[in-house]
Amino acid sequence: MTRCNAIRVFEPERPWARKPLGVIWAVAICLCGGFLSDSIAAQDLSREQMKGLDEQVQEIKSDVLSIAAELNGLEERLLYPSNTQVAVFVSLDRAEDARLDAVQIAIDGAPVAHHIYSFKELEALQEGGVQRIYTGNISTGNHDIDISVIGKLSNGEDFSANASFSFTKGVEPKLVDVTLADLRAGSTGIRLGEW
Amino acid sequence: MSMAQHWRMVLGATTLWVAGNAVSADLKDLYFREAVYYSHQGEYFEALERLDAELAQHHRLDEPELDTLYPHIGEAEFSVGDFELRYRMHHRAGRAIRAVLEGDVEEEVRNDAAFRLARIHFQKDQPEEALHALNRISGRIPEPIRADVEFLRANVYMALDRPGDAIEVLAGLRDAENLEGFSEYNLGIALLYDGRQQEAIAQLDKAGQVKARDPGTQAIRDKSNLLLGTLLFESADFDKSQRSLDRVRLEGPFSNQALLRAGWADASADNYERALVPWTLLTKRQATDAAVQEAMLALPYAYSKLNVHGRAAVLYGEAVKAFSDELAKVDASIGSIREGKFLEALVREEIRQNKDWVIRLRSLPETPETYYLMSLMASHDFQTALQNYLDLEDLRKKLVSWESSFDAFEDIIRLRREYYEPLLPEIDSHFRKLDAQIRLRLEQREHLQQRLQQMLVAPRPDFLATAEERFQTLRIADIDSRLQADGRPDDDPLRLRATRLRGVLLWNLETDYHARLTETYKHLYALNEVIDEMQSRYDAFVRARQAAMHSYVGYEIPIQRLRMRVSNGLQRLNLLMARQGHLLETVAINELKNRRQRLEMYRNEARYAFADSYDRAAKAQASAEHDTAQRTDEEQG
Repeated sequence: MTRCNAIRVFEPERPWARKPLGVIWAVAICLCGGFLSDSIAAQDLSREQMKGLDEQVQEIKSDVLSIAAELNGLEERLLYPSNTQVAVFVSLDRAEDARLDAVQIAIDGAPVAHHIYSFKELEALQEGGVQRIYTGNISTGNHDIDISVIGKLSNGEDFSANASFSFTKGVEPKLVDVTLADLRAGSTGIRLGEW
Repeated sequence: MSMAQHWRMVLGATTLWVAGNAVSADLKDLYFREAVYYSHQGEYFEALERLDAELAQHHRLDEPELDTLYPHIGEAEFSVGDFELRYRMHHRAGRAIRAVLEGDVEEEVRNDAAFRLARIHFQKDQPEEALHALNRISGRIPEPIRADVEFLRANVYMALDRPGDAIEVLAGLRDAENLEGFSEYNLGIALLYDGRQQEAIAQLDKAGQVKARDPGTQAIRDKSNLLLGTLLFESADFDKSQRSLDRVRLEGPFSNQALLRAGWADASADNYERALVPWTLLTKRQATDAAVQEAMLALPYAYSKLNVHGRAAVLYGEAVKAFSDELAKVDASIGSIREGKFLEALVREEIRQNKDWVIRLRSLPETPETYYLMSLMASHDFQTALQNYLDLEDLRKKLVSWESSFDAFEDIIRLRREYYEPLLPEIDSHFRKLDAQIRLRLEQREHLQQRLQQMLVAPRPDFLATAEERFQTLRIADIDSRLQADGRPDDDPLRLRATRLRGVLLWNLETDYHARLTETYKHLYALNEVIDEMQSRYDAFVRARQAAMHSYVGYEIPIQRLRMRVSNGLQRLNLLMARQGHLLETVAINELKNRRQRLEMYRNEARYAFADSYDRAAKAQASAEHDTAQRTDEEQG
């Protein structure tokens, strides 16, 4: 009986690969560890083809991004003209360790947005990201905004908080930033910023 | 394959970065932070879409320093490069990072950019350019990437077939915490390539004993031990080889190979009984693994060496069956891929939600094609091609949804036109009349203001006379002229009376002048308020009128152009997706064919060995029976 091909384990390793790839990384190590089957040659042959396609994929990504930019401009002009546009953003204070479950927004008494947060979304908010929860149209002048928040505190207790604010819409687009700063404090933990 | 090619192939196995994309705590720009929100969820297309738009808007501003993005513009441009890189758009990312490098940025930011650029070059198999980028790093290097820079430099040297230089760099990285195990292992490899086998063995021995808790370091430690065991095995130092292989964890990714090697180390030292232990353990594992399949042949081989031919024949028989089953599985997989099921499985949304989706894919009963593709699917090239395919699928979904939204846009425009077009002519006509009146009033007001301004320099009390006073002045003048016409002299009592009355009026006008002027100014200010209110209503009307017009006019050409761009994009994308998919299928089928070939070879060997063992067992049995009969005869005789 013949023994298996000599193991080739002569490659260096890259620790950064372990972080994003998770389990796949472990398999990658196997692969990189020289347990490549005879398919290496076949892979080499298709490698050039893959590279060629990769270039084309990059080009098409670029094209689609440019289409998206143009389309967004058109959409904004058509659906949310600047003199009536209002956008509501939600952000989380970085020190906030409570788990945000859902946010509901009402403008002038009419509910306009309700969002339930996934773990990834919550994490993105905690990392300093801001979610645009609503884009719509309102007339110029004074308006009321009501914000309702529910979630769980770090000690496991449920919490809910409501807060109401007034803001003025001018002729330019209105950006309203709802910051959730200290959810233990109830309604005082909800702040409104305007741009 | 040359060493450098091999090296690059292995090192290029990932496109992901260590560096995070956390933003400054004081970042106020909502759109930038919105981009960050998407990037943290791995939605780089959306992140780029937002940030590109925000940057473009910022660059169009007349006074960008008033924009909230202004203090973070460098960070934003850096992030664009980062997002592009994560979205596997290396060309654009390279350009963005080069722009940061050439911009007026702090030393640490420039060095970070140079490091990223070096990694892009390295991943694109351009080690010379990578080294050039690394050589641009000077001065302060951000602490989190300091060791990574040197580690990359060592890898670049290896890719350039300069193991000596790599050894020098890696020797200085032994204490780097985040590289624990990796730098030791790579140093061993570099020594090996430099022809310093004994030093390499000593180094790998160290790497094989690092204390490790996280799975990555534990795996690299296993790999060091496996490599060391292999090197010692090939040097016929079986005992040491065995000790090294024993250090490989039983549950790690290298466990199967280590068990197989350990068995061979024992077998090579003619210790077949000991070889039975790892091989028996191995044959109970997942039959798709190449090491397990080899063990299925190795185990009966060991039994036959121990002259247990009956057991060997049974195990060879089992191996023949197992290989036949696996061959059927591989054939089913090839058939399934040819039917397009492989690509269908890859794009299934519910599978991709899980970060270990490649692993989960394997567990799906309806995706047999993935049984033998785990190694292939973990390879860099396949991963890149696969990710590209998935990205194309996402882009395709976007384009399809955009394509359908154009009809909705056109509907909105049609409805708006139908609503506004009959209304606007009447509104416009009414507005024109109002506009004329407004203009007249505005001119009057302007005239008044000018007069008042002049009166500050040259007082004109008569201008501030009331209507009554003006009337009385005219009447007095009229009376006086009539008296004069009657031939009355100047001292005529009536004429004197008229003169006196004129004097009273003049007196009042002169003495009240300042009070009247002040009062007039007050009235003018009051008028201003009314005028302002009117002006704001006027502006609001003009805006509303313009908005009404803009809500349905001027969209035809942009929509037509976009529709065409989307349609062309979709066509190109479908074509590219088909080619990318075909390539993935071809690579997968080739991989399966290779595995099939090996399985067939194993099965043939097993069949031959089965027959051989069976014969030997039969002969042994016959011989044993013959011996027994002879002994019985002797006893009876």
